[in-house]
Amino acid sequence: MIAQDLAILLPEILLAVYAMAALLGAVYTGKDALAAPLTWVTAGAFVLLALWIGTRGGGAQIAFDGMFVNDAFARFAKAALLLAAAAVLAISQDYMQRRGLLRFEYPLLVALAVVGMMVMVSAGDLMSLYLGLELQSLALYVLAAFRRDSAKSTEAGLKYFILGALSSGLLLYGASLVYGYSGTTLFSGVLEAAGEGRAAIGLLIGLVLVASGLAFKVSAVPFHMWTPDVYEGAPTPVTAFLSTAPKIAAMALFARVLFDAFGGVVADWQQVVAVLSLLSMFLGAIAAIGQTNIKRLMAYSSIAHMGYALMGLAAGTAFGVQAMLVYLAIYVAMSVGTFAFILSMERGGAPVTEIAALNMYSRHHPGRAMAMLVLLFSLAGVPPFLGFFAKLYVLRAAYEGGLVWLAVGGVVASVIGAFYYLRIVYFMYFGEERAEPVEAGGSPVLYGMLMASAIVMLVGIVNLFGIEGAAAAAAAALVQ
Amino acid sequence: MDNLISIVTFTPAIAALILAVFLRGDDEAAQRNARWLALIATSATFLVSLFILFQFDPADTGFQMVEEAEWIFGLSYKVGVDGISVLFVLLTTFIMPLTIAASWHVTDRVKEYMIAFLVLETLMIGVFVALDLVLFYLFFEAGLIPMFLIIGIWGGKERIYAAFKFFLYTFLGSVLMLVAMVAMYVDAGTTDIPSLLRHQFGSETLSLWGFQIIGGAQTLMFLAFFASFAVKMPMWPVHTWLPDAHVQAPTAGSVVLAAILLKMGGYGFLRFSLPMFPVGAEVMTPLILWLSAIAVVYTSLVALAQEDMKKLIAYSSVAHMGFVTMGIFAANQQGVDGAIFQMISHGFISGALFLCVGVIYDRMHTREIEAYGGLVNRMPAYAAVFMLFTMANVGLPGTSGFIGEFLTLMGAFQVNTWVTVVAATGVILSAAYALWLYRRVVLGDLIKASLKSITDMDRREKAIFAPFVVMTLLLGVYPALVTDIIGPSVADLLEGYHTALAEHETATMVAAAEETAQ
Repeated sequence: MIAQDLAILLPEILLAVYAMAALLGAVYTGKDALAAPLTWVTAGAFVLLALWIGTRGGGAQIAFDGMFVNDAFARFAKAALLLAAAAVLAISQDYMQRRGLLRFEYPLLVALAVVGMMVMVSAGDLMSLYLGLELQSLALYVLAAFRRDSAKSTEAGLKYFILGALSSGLLLYGASLVYGYSGTTLFSGVLEAAGEGRAAIGLLIGLVLVASGLAFKVSAVPFHMWTPDVYEGAPTPVTAFLSTAPKIAAMALFARVLFDAFGGVVADWQQVVAVLSLLSMFLGAIAAIGQTNIKRLMAYSSIAHMGYALMGLAAGTAFGVQAMLVYLAIYVAMSVGTFAFILSMERGGAPVTEIAALNMYSRHHPGRAMAMLVLLFSLAGVPPFLGFFAKLYVLRAAYEGGLVWLAVGGVVASVIGAFYYLRIVYFMYFGEERAEPVEAGGSPVLYGMLMASAIVMLVGIVNLFGIEGAAAAAAAALVQ
Repeated sequence: MDNLISIVTFTPAIAALILAVFLRGDDEAAQRNARWLALIATSATFLVSLFILFQFDPADTGFQMVEEAEWIFGLSYKVGVDGISVLFVLLTTFIMPLTIAASWHVTDRVKEYMIAFLVLETLMIGVFVALDLVLFYLFFEAGLIPMFLIIGIWGGKERIYAAFKFFLYTFLGSVLMLVAMVAMYVDAGTTDIPSLLRHQFGSETLSLWGFQIIGGAQTLMFLAFFASFAVKMPMWPVHTWLPDAHVQAPTAGSVVLAAILLKMGGYGFLRFSLPMFPVGAEVMTPLILWLSAIAVVYTSLVALAQEDMKKLIAYSSVAHMGFVTMGIFAANQQGVDGAIFQMISHGFISGALFLCVGVIYDRMHTREIEAYGGLVNRMPAYAAVFMLFTMANVGLPGTSGFIGEFLTLMGAFQVNTWVTVVAATGVILSAAYALWLYRRVVLGDLIKASLKSITDMDRREKAIFAPFVVMTLLLGVYPALVTDIIGPSVADLLEGYHTALAEHETATMVAAAEETAQ
């Protein structure tokens, strides 16, 4: 019995064992000299695990009496977040190394965070949910403060930790209410207790508190306050990581709680999620306009994008979940390329994050500028790029779910949001020549990742590499 | 050739890709190669597109040369032409080689410039041939990106304001259309345009927040599409982006904007608004007719007050587009025929007028009317060409401008006399501003010292104008070239429109009768 359960958890166990063994090994041998090879080995391990999980197949498996669920939905989310984490490690190695930040803990903390995320998306119980969430969060707090000698980075870590702890408290309080009113921590038990249509009021309060805690993790408005500061303060590779893999995990967990535990009372949470979505889209679009730092801008951008992903979730249908997953996959593909670009911005070896520094970038680096142009328009949701199809998908889900007002709000917010992406284009292409142009530094990996991401945005509209079908299967597994 | 339309659509894009990938450096030779490649690609596209015209059978009112393939998200890649769209495709492929030739003196980032125009051509052709709702939207919206860059990079002093205004204005208009498209997809279960043309959208009166919406879902969808097409057209009062964009865009950008991009709005009305939401269209017709009449008169008056040549022509474009919307929503054979004719003819005339401004702008680097005067003394050939297009803009019989204005006025007269009376004054006003412009720029004595050494058009410039002159005169004396091709398709469209309206009327009467019987 236990052997079968462990077999289901095998990928998580292997990764955790690897992380701890590597930690011990590095401490007793080469320490930071091993950091670079460890980064690549970890990235490779992520890719292998993603391939393994992606091709594992075999319906829904339940381990430990339902505490851990391995279904198509979990597999989709895991494969996506493993690939995102691998891509982030690949683009961060050179940047961290040249700035003396590449300590051997870096890839291993990322690996531990990924273990937490994998547990999150497979959670079938409030306990495993919390375990996964905390493992992920603790690793991320440390990563945010990874530049120990920088006040900003330390501040980012501390802020993230305190607000994260607060949200975990909310979530725990909600979880205890849910347990109190349903008598079980298993999602399947909660689903029965919540029943069809009407749930006990205490259960609903629990639901709202759990949702608040999760909204903090996906940085949905009004739980977004930490995002810009942490994004700005954390080392840029960590920012890239924060805006990709944890977002997939948190959104997937959100979907799992809402459907697996509260799937019978869709009407009760639909409005809450819809409002979170609308506020996120608008605040993300409006607040980004005034930003001068590209990392802060990306923070607001990610808030807005999570708003669109939540739009799919708010639809409350299998198609909505499918739309959300496709949206996340496309968003992550865009983000990795954008951050590869941001990581390559430097002047005399020092990183630059001012948007204005991009003045006339296209004259010096036409190829990179063109790729970034594609990514920016894709982020803005302008056709023909893939970002447009992501938006179209969630719009359709929202419309079919009866949320016409949300769909209209979403498209209006996308116009407002287009402005700040266009502003970057304006700096790169329209400006006049001024002193000290920004250089395009970094390893060929950054260049390759930027180009690959831009090409995916173009080629993706011809063929989506089967993501659509996988997302449909995943959604069907979650929403019966 | 089975995929003629795809070949025509994507040839420019492939040329752009070749430029982007293989052309290195920014020296003299690279610039020359970029120019020639762009010119060859656009000319080849035009030649191939002629085969579309040869293969086209005007008597067949359905879509012809249809290509269909599976696409992502359950959509389909489907393209084809009918009588309404085929001439717009030809117009686009005809104009593009000429705009490339007109940009021969551009020296700043030539490669990017040519890529932008080539991509833009693909997207514009795509708009006219797309037979899938999302494919249409994709081409329609994507065209904003190259145009945004063209205005922003190669534009005039206020180019940044103009580029942002152009993009955000038209983007806002279009996203509402996107929501309506999603609604159509959910309602009809398909994004296939030929199927949607046969689909009846709900037209029962709806109650929304206490408002009674006559025409129901059709009216709402019509309004959403209207928001997009009216901005694109542009109709008064949402035309304000156009003068800015026109003035700041480089000459070739203005030509493309006036000759082709503006036609997308009118094409959209004919492809979507009228046939798909007949009841909604009928509800909104009086409003649109009056907006058109106001557009004609008001923007003509505004044009009279302009001091910038490009701005003047831009306002005159808005006025001429007023005739187009008036003709379309008159919803009879003369009106719609006239509207399409007016769009085609305006493509040649306004394109040529912007090129006329470009010729002297290249020499003097100013567009102020005040800075010129007496050009006829040193530029006789230029004066003759400018004269012809001024007259065509006014609508002189014998030029193509006359046919379009006359037909649309005739069509509108059968529907709404007063609108026609108001709009007809626009013909007089257009004579006023166009002739006055001509007098101030070309006629009189050449007294300004700066103009003493100005040179007449060179051979390249003359060669660019020749096709415009031929087309304007040819269509002016033999309009059947156009009306024979569009006629049957327009008749079919209108028949469907009026049948749908009659059905709706019967259904409403039956419902009312049942209500009274109860």
